[in-house]
Amino acid sequence: MIIYLAKRFFQAILVLVVISLIGFAVQDSLSPQQAVGAIQTAQNIEETGFAERYFHFLSGVVQGDLGTSYFFKEPALEVILKKMPATLELMFAAALIVAALSVPFGVFTALYPNHMLSRFILSASILGLSIPVFVTGILLIYLFSVEWSVLPSFGRGQIVPIVGYWETNFASLDGLKHIILPALALASIMLPLFIRLIRAEMRQVLKSEYVKYARARGLSPFRIYFVHALKNTLLPVVTVGGIQIGTLVAYTILAETIFQWPGMGFMFLEAVNRGDAPLIVAYLMVVGAIFVVINTLVDVLYGLINPTIDMARMGA
Amino acid sequence: MIRRILAGIALVFFVAASAQAQHTLRVAYDADPVSLDPYEQLSGGTLQLSHLIFDPLVRWTQDHQFEARLAERWEYLDDRTMRFYLRKNIVFHSGNELTANDVEWTFNRLKKSGDFKAIFEPFKSIEVVNDHVFDVRMDQPYPLVLHSMTYLFPMDRAFYSGKTADGKDKAEIVKHGNSFSSRNASGTGPFTVTEREQGVRSVFARFDDYWDDASMGNAGNVDQIILTPIKEDSTRLAALLSGAVDFIAPVAPSNLQNVAEHPETKLITMPGTRAITFQLNMGRVPAFRNVRVRQAVDYAINNAGIVDRIMHGFATVSAQMSPAGYPGHIEELVPRFDVEKAKQLMADAGYADGLDVTMLAPHNRYVNDERIAQAVALMLSKININVDLQTIPKAQYWTQYDARAADMMMIGWHSDTEDSANFHQFLTACPNEETGQGRYNSSGYCNPYADELMRRANSEMDKDERTKLLRQLEQILFDDAAFVPLHWQNLAWGVREGILAEDIVNAQNAPYFGDLVMEPN
Repeated sequence: MIIYLAKRFFQAILVLVVISLIGFAVQDSLSPQQAVGAIQTAQNIEETGFAERYFHFLSGVVQGDLGTSYFFKEPALEVILKKMPATLELMFAAALIVAALSVPFGVFTALYPNHMLSRFILSASILGLSIPVFVTGILLIYLFSVEWSVLPSFGRGQIVPIVGYWETNFASLDGLKHIILPALALASIMLPLFIRLIRAEMRQVLKSEYVKYARARGLSPFRIYFVHALKNTLLPVVTVGGIQIGTLVAYTILAETIFQWPGMGFMFLEAVNRGDAPLIVAYLMVVGAIFVVINTLVDVLYGLINPTIDMARMGA
Repeated sequence: MIRRILAGIALVFFVAASAQAQHTLRVAYDADPVSLDPYEQLSGGTLQLSHLIFDPLVRWTQDHQFEARLAERWEYLDDRTMRFYLRKNIVFHSGNELTANDVEWTFNRLKKSGDFKAIFEPFKSIEVVNDHVFDVRMDQPYPLVLHSMTYLFPMDRAFYSGKTADGKDKAEIVKHGNSFSSRNASGTGPFTVTEREQGVRSVFARFDDYWDDASMGNAGNVDQIILTPIKEDSTRLAALLSGAVDFIAPVAPSNLQNVAEHPETKLITMPGTRAITFQLNMGRVPAFRNVRVRQAVDYAINNAGIVDRIMHGFATVSAQMSPAGYPGHIEELVPRFDVEKAKQLMADAGYADGLDVTMLAPHNRYVNDERIAQAVALMLSKININVDLQTIPKAQYWTQYDARAADMMMIGWHSDTEDSANFHQFLTACPNEETGQGRYNSSGYCNPYADELMRRANSEMDKDERTKLLRQLEQILFDDAAFVPLHWQNLAWGVREGILAEDIVNAQNAPYFGDLVMEPN
């Protein structure tokens, strides 16, 4: 286990170095003078090589210095950390919606493949898969805010400070109302995938011997499906889920822009529009780090759920 | 006990509700102002904010006249000196009284602002005569004194003097910096800033001691303004239609109908003054030095078609720089559009086989800029000019523009002085590094006679004579096809019914919210 973690750690470092290299190349081509930052020499910028500039940048990164945002005039990392809770809460809410809906829908469609409702769920999920987030978002706004005026269309509403930069949407009714639409839009990308995944796995498991045996023993159907069968369908779901949470970060850029959600995805898009290079690079690094951490966690979790996996070898 | 708590909660709601019963205006713009400093950045956002928390000496009315604000009246002492008389008993938000010294101080400060000093370049100094009288001095006669004074928003000298806790000068102007003046403000304006979270929301409250109140005949009744930036066009629209906000700007061309047709909202539009044009680089493309080729380009482009199809009719077709109402505007000039004529001109010039050019346009700087550029490229292909079009984000556009990176480049221009000469000065005058003249002239067009006309107009004090000069200049630029005119962007605001915003909007796109009347609903 420790060997495995060490291997993963090494891989993570490698990934981050690659991201930093790409990020720095972007920043360097956008504004070479700024990228050099504090190199205190009279010599021309062209004379310092790319490698030299990169290592200067890297030494800053190691010390937690990702540069200063041109627009906010604050350390880029701090700007991002301030915006991060909003994004994480949005992702969390979306993940909750996905989990709460995909399990019952997935199990139901597996049990009654020919039921009207199953057909509806499956065709709706195809539709969901093929509609881009911003269309879903605008549609939700149109229906819930404009037509029925039940939910607000933009912003975070009333937020309650918890600790540090973290202010939460989950502590007030107004905050909860504000998070529903963006979270739904974000969940719409993942939901179809998870319904289909759980359905497919469930159908496999339902055919297996132990389910038949459980039936023969006269266990209640609920217990068979939701305790014994579901447990075994979750393995691939966890793996895919981990990767998908990473993808969710990318989709927050769109969802946040549509709903004027003051998170780091919206901030990133603004930074790109303003050409705020340090902020762009810092965002890439932070998101890269999130990806790596989540994937590592998923792998560890996978090993715990399924003891047949040899962790030490898996990382090799 | 529970009953008591409930009663308490009910009371809180009641108090909150009665606070809401005041006139609160919820505004959504596409972006929020970058700074509270009126002289940090010359932009629409800054101007909008300046008219909330500051007051200018004079301001524009809807029909393009000057309206006295902090300056009560003014007169020429000689052709190089104008004397202004300030209104009396006007106080800043800090409680300090406004005097001529504040105006002088503000003038000297804005002379150091990179963005604003160009507008005030013709003015040498402001000299204080007494507490409420001051003289504006010029090196040479200049006809646009009042035009420029619409940008002079007196700041509270005492408030902005001294050092901050970390030893910085409170008066310093730092672009995109964390200066004192970008976070604190004391003006004479109708509103004070009570809350500000950049990029999320700003709250403004009515200034109790505002000079222009009911006793002066001002019916404005907005007590509080909540400003929220909503970047996405459709989200901003939805916020208005659902009643989450009362006032939005801008309204995207494709959303105009939604606002106009919704029973609870209304659309307010106004012909704009921002001219959208293309420039043909004569340095890079020898063919463009031939006036027939330049005219052919103009003849090949269907301005009316672009306005109709791409702008949804929400722009004014143009054949010149000066919009209607400007002294240089020539009523008779109509856009050139005749593809056969264009082909003929190309053949006459010896380019029947056409040519290849590169084109650069910004992405999301002007309304539908990218689609306009695509349409122009397509139209030019009809006369065998093959365009290699590239569109880039606005953040990178201006460095590319300054580098003259393509053969045809798009530029939109709003005249800071609301006057015709300004267009020529920056866009078509002979480029001159020293004076900054022709700073955005990427075509390389240089006509000394046109420049001479502009110079004469800029010191001509006789209105009719000046108009004549500016029209002559406009005609020369048209005949020479010095640039490719497309249209002037119109302005649009969407508001909820019961908000009489049609009386307070203006072509400068800085609504006078201090005068806004909200009817009880």
